[in-house]
Amino acid sequence: MKKTSNPGSLLILIVLCVLIIVSAYHAFQNAADREEGIRRGLDIAGGLYVLMEAVETGDREVDEDAIKRAIEVIRNRVDELGVAEPVIAPQGDDRIRIELPDLEDVEQAREIIGRTAMLTFVGPDGEEIVTGAHLERARVERQPEVLPHPFVSLEFDREGARRFAEATQKYFGEPIAIYLDDTKISEPVVRAVITEGHATIEGNFEFEEAAELALLLRSGALPVELRELESRLVGPTLGQRTEEIAAYAAAVGLILVLLFMILYYRLAGIIAGFALVFYLSLVLWALNYLPTTLTLPGIAGLILSIGMAVDANVIIFERIKDELRSGRTIRSAMESGFNRAFRAILDANVTTLIVTVVLFILASGPVRGFAVTLFIGIVCSMFTAIVLTRALLRLAFKSGVIQSGAYVGVKI
Amino acid sequence: MIDFIGNRRKAYLLSAALIVAGLLSLAIFGLNLGIDFTGGTVLQFYVGEEASLEEIEAAIEPFDELEGATVQVIQGRDLEGQPTDEGLIIRGPYMPQERRDALVDEFRDRFPGMTADDLRIESVGAVIGAELTRQALLSLFVAILAMVAYITFRFEFKFAVATITALLHNIIIVLGIFSILQMEINVPFVAAILTVFGYSVNDTIVIMDRIRENIKHRKKGDYVEVVNQSINQNLVRSINTSLTTLLVLTALLFGFHYFIGSLDLIVFVVALILGVFVGTYSSIFIASPLWLNLQDYKFSLSRRRKAA
Repeated sequence: MKKTSNPGSLLILIVLCVLIIVSAYHAFQNAADREEGIRRGLDIAGGLYVLMEAVETGDREVDEDAIKRAIEVIRNRVDELGVAEPVIAPQGDDRIRIELPDLEDVEQAREIIGRTAMLTFVGPDGEEIVTGAHLERARVERQPEVLPHPFVSLEFDREGARRFAEATQKYFGEPIAIYLDDTKISEPVVRAVITEGHATIEGNFEFEEAAELALLLRSGALPVELRELESRLVGPTLGQRTEEIAAYAAAVGLILVLLFMILYYRLAGIIAGFALVFYLSLVLWALNYLPTTLTLPGIAGLILSIGMAVDANVIIFERIKDELRSGRTIRSAMESGFNRAFRAILDANVTTLIVTVVLFILASGPVRGFAVTLFIGIVCSMFTAIVLTRALLRLAFKSGVIQSGAYVGVKI
Repeated sequence: MIDFIGNRRKAYLLSAALIVAGLLSLAIFGLNLGIDFTGGTVLQFYVGEEASLEEIEAAIEPFDELEGATVQVIQGRDLEGQPTDEGLIIRGPYMPQERRDALVDEFRDRFPGMTADDLRIESVGAVIGAELTRQALLSLFVAILAMVAYITFRFEFKFAVATITALLHNIIIVLGIFSILQMEINVPFVAAILTVFGYSVNDTIVIMDRIRENIKHRKKGDYVEVVNQSINQNLVRSINTSLTTLLVLTALLFGFHYFIGSLDLIVFVVALILGVFVGTYSSIFIASPLWLNLQDYKFSLSRRRKAA
């Protein structure tokens, strides 16, 4: 066989391989970073997941606005506690999903979910005046020239202001109790008729006390009652162990796969190895920069897409071998093998992509997470198998690295 | 060349036996559904020292709702292979937050060695499980319709029928095996079943592609020859792909079993491994011959008409 060699192609091949290794190194390093890397779901990294349902009580209706405000209140509460990267989002018409991936400790989490209380202002005769739904703002203020102590200022919405005006008229000089669920948190005495919706709670407060009361009022201002549907708390240590083991096992599995590919397909196997490593960095990169969370079902999707990426390379190589056995030269076998493999890979991948799109649209939660990672995985796998494996094989042939069928594991 | 088609009846018989056994078990014993489906509470602690079962039961005693709850002891290992503290898994009915907190406090009081962070508390209301099942079934149904449309468009309707039949065959067999084994299933299992679904589709379509291609090149209308040839041409690929996927899964199974000992994770990987076996088997032994049966039926009819 005539030896062809092209130093330019060899250079490009080497540069490409080096680039792949560098990008893989970065992608893996980045992914391993628990702070900045891929967002991990609580089933593999620990954290808190709570699903709440808003329930109608009395005159409080559950509508889009109520849910929006409830989310605001919960967000305030979570922010006060300084949890990183919280997700507080509506789900369906009447539900709220809370995800706190980065909990420092379990106590903190219990505190957060424990305080989903309702705020009510109650008159001395036990009649409800107004609820937290109508409280727009509560904050601590100081006016040393007028008052010696800090105070809490309240601001009601229009409906709240109307009711508060009536109540302050009715209960002038009497106490109004403020309840967070069943706990009385304050009982100021009415000293003025409040008509504009701006009220203040004064007392012999230290600054911290006033701030605490303002926080309680703010966080208690849930416009609707929330009921827990689902709550999952996984301690950070436990989650981290699962992730560590899964990562080690995946690495071992991947090395075995690469070894197998190289033993079976020789030089082509090495090329497939580079393609697969690049595929993985691409997936990790996509998971990192797209707004996704990696969960256990997501890992299932990832394993499937790795399988499909390997499969695409296997299909290509087997096709090339077939063509070689039918007597073609290595060059024409590579081209026609690719063209024949392409259709099989395309149809198989597109059919699976359709499944992921349907799952993404119709499902929620874990199944949706599965669909997202599988979608990303398939797109990356198609790209690397069809574009990268082909380019590397062509370059390897042009540069003279691959010279005969023996280099792709065919004995002729 | 191996004569797969000549042996198709043996494969049909084997599959029929597996499906009947699976369906019987599903009808009689059902699946061992975990809290993700039925609702309930799972608590997992590491109590630090060796706690006897009596001590643990004493700690649970004041909680009436946990009467009849199951307590399981699990054992993991650290990365050096040294056994870690024994863990406890308590499974019971749904408990509201105050009760769960009270239980954790009770354990903290009794077992001072209990770590603060190494725990898992999951509580699921019954509504959620029903929704999950409904959603998964609906999505699968729509996904199947969409796939039938695509395969009919790219291949033909009969390919779609053969592919989907093989898919349902795989899912019934995997569900049946889990019913027979009575392993507890939760959300990760749903993901595993969907993965089996995806793997089977991919595996079958590639063989169907070979058949589609070989039909064009065939000399005379011998479909038996075409299908046999297509399966044989694709055989190395079927073996290599399933083998490499199994390598990754086996590594995961070993890791989860040996180091963590968590049943949910093991169930997840076992379902995937079963799926790879069944998926590879059905592409070769079920989907391809089934397509031939559909095709040949028409074929023999037209021949008979000609003879008449």
